This record gives sequence, C-alpha cells and structure tokens, in this order.
Amino acid sequence: MTEARTEARTEARKRDSLAIGAVRRDFAPWLDPHAKPLIRFDQVTKRFGDFVAVDNLTLHIYEREFFCLLGPSGCGKTTLMRMLAGFEEPTQGKIVLGDQVVSGIPPHRRPVNMMFQSYALFPHMNVEKNIAFGLVQDGLPKQEIADRVAEILRLVQLTPFARRKPDQLSGGQRQRVALARALVKRPKVLLLDEPLGALDKKLREETQFELMDLQVNLGMTFLVVTHDQEEAMTMADRIAVMDRGTIRQIAPPGQVYEQPASRYVAEFIGDVNIIEGRIAASDAGRLRIARTDGEGELAIEAPPGVATQTGQEIAVALRPEKLVLHREPPAGAQNLLSGEIWDIGYLGDWTIYLVKLASGQIVRVSRANASRFVEQPLTWDDKVHITFAPEAGVLLTQ
Amino acid sequence: MSDNALPATQTPETAPFSRTPRLLRAVVPALPFLWLLIFFLTPFAIVFRMSLSQPATAQPPYTPVIDWAQGLAGLWAALGELNIDNFLLLADDYLYVASAFSSLRMAAVSTLLLLLIGFPMAYAMAKAPENRRPVLLVLVILPFWTSFLIRVYAWIGILKPEGLLNTVLISLGLIDQPLQIVNTDIAIFIGVVYCYLPFMVLPLYATLEKMDWTLIEAAQDLGCPPWRAFWRITVPLALPGIAAGALLCFIPIVGEYVIPELLGGPDSLMIGKTLSDEFFKNRDWPLASAVAVVLLIIVVGPVMVYRELETRRLEKAR
Repeated sequence: MTEARTEARTEARKRDSLAIGAVRRDFAPWLDPHAKPLIRFDQVTKRFGDFVAVDNLTLHIYEREFFCLLGPSGCGKTTLMRMLAGFEEPTQGKIVLGDQVVSGIPPHRRPVNMMFQSYALFPHMNVEKNIAFGLVQDGLPKQEIADRVAEILRLVQLTPFARRKPDQLSGGQRQRVALARALVKRPKVLLLDEPLGALDKKLREETQFELMDLQVNLGMTFLVVTHDQEEAMTMADRIAVMDRGTIRQIAPPGQVYEQPASRYVAEFIGDVNIIEGRIAASDAGRLRIARTDGEGELAIEAPPGVATQTGQEIAVALRPEKLVLHREPPAGAQNLLSGEIWDIGYLGDWTIYLVKLASGQIVRVSRANASRFVEQPLTWDDKVHITFAPEAGVLLTQ
Repeated sequence: MSDNALPATQTPETAPFSRTPRLLRAVVPALPFLWLLIFFLTPFAIVFRMSLSQPATAQPPYTPVIDWAQGLAGLWAALGELNIDNFLLLADDYLYVASAFSSLRMAAVSTLLLLLIGFPMAYAMAKAPENRRPVLLVLVILPFWTSFLIRVYAWIGILKPEGLLNTVLISLGLIDQPLQIVNTDIAIFIGVVYCYLPFMVLPLYATLEKMDWTLIEAAQDLGCPPWRAFWRITVPLALPGIAAGALLCFIPIVGEYVIPELLGGPDSLMIGKTLSDEFFKNRDWPLASAVAVVLLIIVVGPVMVYRELETRRLEKAR
C-alpha cells in the first residue's frame, strides 16, 4: 500500500519533473492521487448582494501544508478564509474540514483558529489572559492552562511580557501575542490574515522565516492570506493566485514564477516582459514565433502538455533576469531583441535596464552586479542587443 | 515673511499662540474658572452660610444678618452666631433621612432601568449601517426640541385614568377598570426613564460606536459563544460609557424635583421635593439650605469615586 503510494508519487514527480525554488524534500501531497485533503472547498460561491466575491471555486489543501492565497484586494481571498473560519456562510457549495462539512457550524465550534490582520488583541486583558482566553473557553483545568500558556510564551519569546497589556507592546510583540493566542489552541488549521502586513520590512523578513520554522516544527496546517507576493513566495508550499473570485493557478512558488499558467499570473508575480506573436512553425519541441511587431522571429521551447497549433496567437513571457545584454549582436543568437537604453535603475545588488525596442516596446532587463567595477558601463541611449535561451521564454496561450 | 520663519521645534498646536498677546493667553483659560466662581462657588458659599443660620420671621427670613455698618466687627459677630443645628436636625428627623434614601433608591432603580433600556438601544445604533446612524442619533435627540415641562405634562395626559393608555387598554378589553398610574412611583419611574434616556444612550453609543467588532469575532474564533463574548468583551470595553451614562443620569435624578412634583403622589418622598417644600411652604430657608448642602454632598460622592477609579485606570494603562 505504502509502496504503491510512494511509487505513484515518484511517477507524478517525474511527470512534473520541474522542481524549482525552495522545495521541501518529499513533501508534495498534492501530487499523490491517494492523499486525502484536509480542507476541501467544493464549488463554493459567495455573493454579497450583486457582488460575487467567490465564484464557483474548488480548492484542496493538505495536512501540514503551508498554503498561501495570493491576490489583489477584492479578489475574494479574505472571504474564502472567513468562510472557513465561519464568519461567512457560502451562498453555494460546501466546505469540508477533515471528515466534517462545516457549513452551518458557528465559528466558536470550528476546530480552526485565526490570526487577525489587526491582531484583535483584547485591550482589557494582559498578554497571559489574552493567550489563555481560548483555553478558558474550552474549560480546561487551571494547571493545564497555565502550563500551555507558559509553554507558548516561551516559544514566541514573550515570557517577560506576560503581564503587559497589548498597548504596552511593540508591533512585533503584538503580532507574536496574536500568533500565540491562535496557536495555543492547537487548531487543525491556523488561518493567518495578512500576518506580516503591519510589520516593517526588516521585521517582516525575519518573521517570515520564524513562521516557516514554527509551521514545520509544530506540524500544523497554515492557510495564509496575503497580497504580498514576496511573502507568499518565501513561505508557501503552494500558492493559489486569485483574481475576481476565481483561482488562476495553484502551484509551488517556483512553478508559479517560472511556469505561469496565464498572462495574469505572469504579470501579477514578479516583473515580466510580454512579447506577442504567432506560432510560425513547430519542430522537435521547438516553436518558432513570428513577432507581432514584425521585428523577426523567436525560438522557444514548447511547454509539455500544452496543445499548440501553427498560426495560433500567443504571448511569450520573459523574466528580466533571464535576459542577457550585449553591445554587439552575438553571432548565431536564436533570440535577439535590439534597441537602446531608455532608463537605468541602480539598486545596489541589481541594476535594472529599460530597453526601448524599435517598435517602442520597453523591455526590462536586470543584471546582477557581480563585480564591483565594470570597464565600460552601459549608459543612456547606448545601442544594445538582448538575447535569451530558448527555454527562458514561457509560452502563454491565455 | 518673517512670520513664517517659526523655529522647527515648535509644534503646530503651540505655534499660533506665540502670536497672540500674553494677556489673552492668560484670560482665555481663566474665563471658565471665573464663570464657575461667580455663578457656582459664590452662590454655594451663600447657601452654605445660610445653612448654618437660624430661621426668623423677618426679611430676610433668617438670622444672623451681617451688619455691614459695623464693618469687620459686624462680620465677626455674625460668624460667631453660626452653628450646625440645622444639620443635626436633618440627621435627627426621620423625614429628611427617609427622603434622602428614597431619592437615592429612586435614582438607583431609574439608572438601572435606563441602562437596561439604553444599552440595547445604543448597541443597535452602533450596529446599524453607517448611513442610517445619523438618523437614529437625531431621533434620540429629537425630544429635546420640545420643552421638558410640556413633555412631562404630556405624560399626565397619557397616564391619567381617562388618558390615552387606559382608554386603549380598556377598548382592547385587557382591563375593565382604569389603572391608577398618575400620582404613584410608577409614574415617576416612567417620566424619569423617558426624560433621561438620551443622557444614557448618547455616552453608551459614543463608546460602542468606537468598538472594534473584530474583537468579538476573535473571541468567537477562540471558542467563545456570542452571549459570553458579549459579557467578556463588549461589556468590559463599554464600561467607561456605562459609567458616564450612569453618572449623567444618577446625579440629576437624585435631586429631581419637577417629575415627582408633576407625576408623583403626595407620599412620593424625594429630597428635591422636600427641599422645595422647606423653602416655599415652610419658609425655613436655613433648613432648606442645609438640605441643599447635604444633597450636593450625596451627589458629589459618586463623582469623586468615579474620578478616582478613572485616574487609577489611566495610570494603570500607562
């Protein structure tokens, strides 16, 4: 039985051989056809009056997964989370948690806990009482409550602050109290609504890694709502990119970035250049694309599993860091875009070049500043040529 | 342009003051103090002095009267004759003690009733859609647009034996004899609760309107059923509003005179009514003044307690 599952998983892994980004070793239950999801949204729709917040959405989340709902504000990600917590009821469809259909169960009887965006700490209770609140509601013995509160305070390093009121804490400390208050109940799923939104950049980065460690060590399932793609990319096992109540793509961060399923996803995650064109020819897994601006052809690798036909209108997505800048056109380059430097942004670790092509399109190229001195630095109005490898371009049919 | 060249350390709040004359800066905060001094402290000093005097069949109806013709000697002579006999009489006479307690009981019960009626009202207002709240607020304040006296008189019209309420109840067949409500304590409670309701609802609404309702969601999320979340979260956070509303109602109700006079019966004992009887019917100004002083002390007590609690709360929060 176990062997069969391992085999199925290995097979699935082979089929989907691109393992990109920070992948947790041997953790990909979504590839295992026998794995049973912990949370199931089944064709869930939520309407507020005329507004469709969530549109016929199906989503499976597995145990011990760190799952991110990512999208712009108003895309329905928070509504989705609030439906799981019980603050909203789906208009249609059902939500299953473990073996239980949770629709109709009030929030206080659901085995999930939420960390609110505003933290929602009780201002009239000190840190200890805030954290103990949920355990008191469950009617646990006093000693057990005290032990568990002390344990979680140690975990989030807030023991010296146990007697403080929330307004006597810093933003980062408050965030940890909110986290501790939700964690101490040992929920099946921890819901985090923009957990790092209120922190400054440095603290946010540190906390990202802390959250990841915490999640792995506690073996808990985390569902995070965020509009910050960097946050999602760093922390998540899988990301669901949402747009107007629907999911546009669910995949691990690396795949979302390197194999975006659509133009929307490619443009939402990171920077991207889109070159429009038409499939001119196809041979041995290579596609030749005739550019719409008439400036020549591109050669890119045909993505596996995507049906293409000659003459089809498509777009090629190119990430700025996969493009190479040259002063002279290199001989034998398959993909060549020529133009002049329109603008330069120096970021220290990277330099961003905006190159204006003959068609007027601006292409973004980024270059790591690997050495401290450059003999002949590129400057404004320099004529440049951009090349890229055939596998660097992503074919987008949607 | 030199006016704009303010030093960078000056905050915008203090900056305009730097251009106002010094005298004005001293006078403006002094004005309210001056007002209180002239219209509260001085009359109170007169009343207090009167409460230490003795009644007399004269004009004015008390002794001693300061003989200003003798200058300071007259003042000293008068001061020497003052005593606390009136206060001893108050403590001795059952009527005064009873009316004081009756007033306190009346005020306490009314305040409780006001809280029980006012809290759900304020809660519903705070929970109403934001665009409907101004209308509800105006509805609460609307009664103030009619004279207080007229509104109390209107209650007589509603509550009297042949009034609106009894007519409706009889025609519905619920009762066959008119209820005697006017001239009873029940009528006083109705009048007091009606008149003071805005003073309870407004401070409660001000507190509840600022309430962060995600706290209730958080409590529910942590396993707390809604009714318990109300007691554990909403009520404690609304305490400042509850205290403010209770004081705003309790203090004036203790000394309330008009409502018990118009709606209450001959045996409704209220300290405000006793004071008025003492002053106008018995023409015993000194004793009436002593009642007024006692009333003030009764009323100031809870304010001091509240202030003390509030300071302690704020200090704790620091």
